[in-house]
Amino acid sequence: MRRAALIAVPYFWLLALFLVPFLIVMKISLSDGALAIPPYTPQLDIAEGWNGLKTFLSELDFENFVFLTTDDLYWKAYLSSFKIALISTSLALLIGYPIAYSMARAAPEWRPTLLMLIILPFWTSFLIRVYAWMGILANEGLLNQFLLWTGIISEPLTILNTNTAVYIGIVYTYLPFMILPIYSALEKMDDSLLEAAEDLGCSRTSAFWLVTIPLSKTGIIAGCFLVFIPTLGEFVIPSLLGGSQTLMIGKVLWEEFFNNRDWPVASAVAIILLLILIIPIILFQRNEQKQREMEG
Amino acid sequence: MAQQPVFAPWDDPTQTPLITFQNVTKRFGDFVAIDDLTQHIYEREFFALLGPSGCGKTTMMRMLGGFETPSEGKISISGRDMNKVPPNKRAVNMMFQSYALFPHLSIYENIAFGLRRTDMDKDAIDARVAEMLKLTRLEKFARRKPHQISGGQRQRVALARSLAKAPKLLLLDEPLGALDKKLRQDTQFELMDIQEKTGTTFVIVTHDQEEAMTVASRVAVMDEGRIIQVATPDAIYEAPNSTYVADFIGDVNIIEGKATRKGDKTHIAWAEGQPDIIGSTTRDFSEGQTCHFAIRPEKVAISPDKPDAPNALHGKILDIAYLGNISTYHVELPTGHIIKAQTANTRRLARRSLTWEDDVWVSFTDTAGVLLDR
Repeated sequence: MRRAALIAVPYFWLLALFLVPFLIVMKISLSDGALAIPPYTPQLDIAEGWNGLKTFLSELDFENFVFLTTDDLYWKAYLSSFKIALISTSLALLIGYPIAYSMARAAPEWRPTLLMLIILPFWTSFLIRVYAWMGILANEGLLNQFLLWTGIISEPLTILNTNTAVYIGIVYTYLPFMILPIYSALEKMDDSLLEAAEDLGCSRTSAFWLVTIPLSKTGIIAGCFLVFIPTLGEFVIPSLLGGSQTLMIGKVLWEEFFNNRDWPVASAVAIILLLILIIPIILFQRNEQKQREMEG
Repeated sequence: MAQQPVFAPWDDPTQTPLITFQNVTKRFGDFVAIDDLTQHIYEREFFALLGPSGCGKTTMMRMLGGFETPSEGKISISGRDMNKVPPNKRAVNMMFQSYALFPHLSIYENIAFGLRRTDMDKDAIDARVAEMLKLTRLEKFARRKPHQISGGQRQRVALARSLAKAPKLLLLDEPLGALDKKLRQDTQFELMDIQEKTGTTFVIVTHDQEEAMTVASRVAVMDEGRIIQVATPDAIYEAPNSTYVADFIGDVNIIEGKATRKGDKTHIAWAEGQPDIIGSTTRDFSEGQTCHFAIRPEKVAISPDKPDAPNALHGKILDIAYLGNISTYHVELPTGHIIKAQTANTRRLARRSLTWEDDVWVSFTDTAGVLLDR
């Protein structure tokens, strides 16, 4: 009885905050657009009882999903989001791993401070930090002023409103999510393992590839998913830092909802995005479970 | 009867040592871990470094492995100066205290790890790993990961892995510390067996004196970065060179007094109104020099009546510790000294007539103890 009650709490949480909203979005995606408030039809009228439910169900169909396949904007946006997420994740890994590694190698008394510095940006609003990047990356921004002053360039670089700015914004924002799981994997590693590898004939470099990397693998995988999953649906960064040519599904979703007010198509886009994300989320969960087994 | 050849290369001046520590000092900041140490270790030896924690024994071993370099002095292995040789270029392998098994690799791959770093071909590696698995009786576990086997098995994997490359020298850092007592004793004999079979030189670090005595051909007792005494286990036990060694190894009674030579015996005046203790020594003591008389409890007899022995002291039983195979009596002398006497419980149903507060005599021969000047 107590166990059932204990399990009921997270399940209720999941039901109220995930399943119910999901079903509402699902229902909207199967509806038709209408000039009304809310802007779709049919609406379920409970007063009409059983017959009302039947007519309601008969009016739902998949035509919004069919529509998505007819306009190449959508699959191009999905593909472009996927590409941007993939490149951003790789960049975050390339930058994040050395940072996590040096943090884990730092003297133990320094580690809490370094950890604090990684988490510190979260204390400011994400939106403000992205706006700050607009100030840095603009044509008359701090970066261009600095580069002009040093004489490296003579003409200001156009960075803002390009894909480069989007990559900078995404990598900057999600870097802590890459660093933290890798750091926690590396920090747990026993130094004597590296000594053992050297003792058995490894150079420092090969010990790194044969021992350190495999032992931080779960951290790398976790970090990559934690960056990849939210980046795929990212909306704020591409709309603030990206240009008109930056195509990301999050932006398309926003435009469908608020510019076109076509909630049913927007919901269909959201449902597809969710289905795409389910695969990496399941892989992520499996990685976490494997790690727990290794430690258990 | 033919005499068994005794293994004692350290007594043979024609032998060249495998390992030489030449005036080695190691400092960590202000702390002197190893203090001007010179020591030879010979091929096929099972050499134990014994001492309390912080005595420098682990530092000495890590310098042999190449994980630390001496601040001063020279370490050579087979005549070659090792100061600039990194761990991966040494024919030395180490069995780590934590075992340091690679958690992401199977037992087989752990043992093969070192071999794969050489130019050995795959079949030869297979054969060598199989040989190691057989030696350590791990054939059944080859495919498992380290977290899927028991502590004792892990310890054997660590040993197999460190032996796989057939090193000239094997270093063992507290190898049996994590095992329970019974398993530890079995493993000690296994280690000696493997050492004999492979003919490898072993250097073992331990703080467990029983372990050092069991496995080693020679034991070095260390304290504060120095080796206090190096000798065979029986010499360390029966002829310690100082009260530190006598006290560190086993149980001992130590009585301080003044030595006087009388013929071939030495008399020790140790308390007012008590007869002198008569001992024998090869050491020279000047007249009236302060000395320490050390005697092991098992060499002290206890009896209710005055025995006919060169040394007999009267006292009262303060405490009795019954340990099954032996009993230890703590006897308080009128001077306040407490003498420990041990008797073997050779009969199961003997009536143990001695009890607390009994007046007894403790006695020992004139050769049972040793005289130490420090």
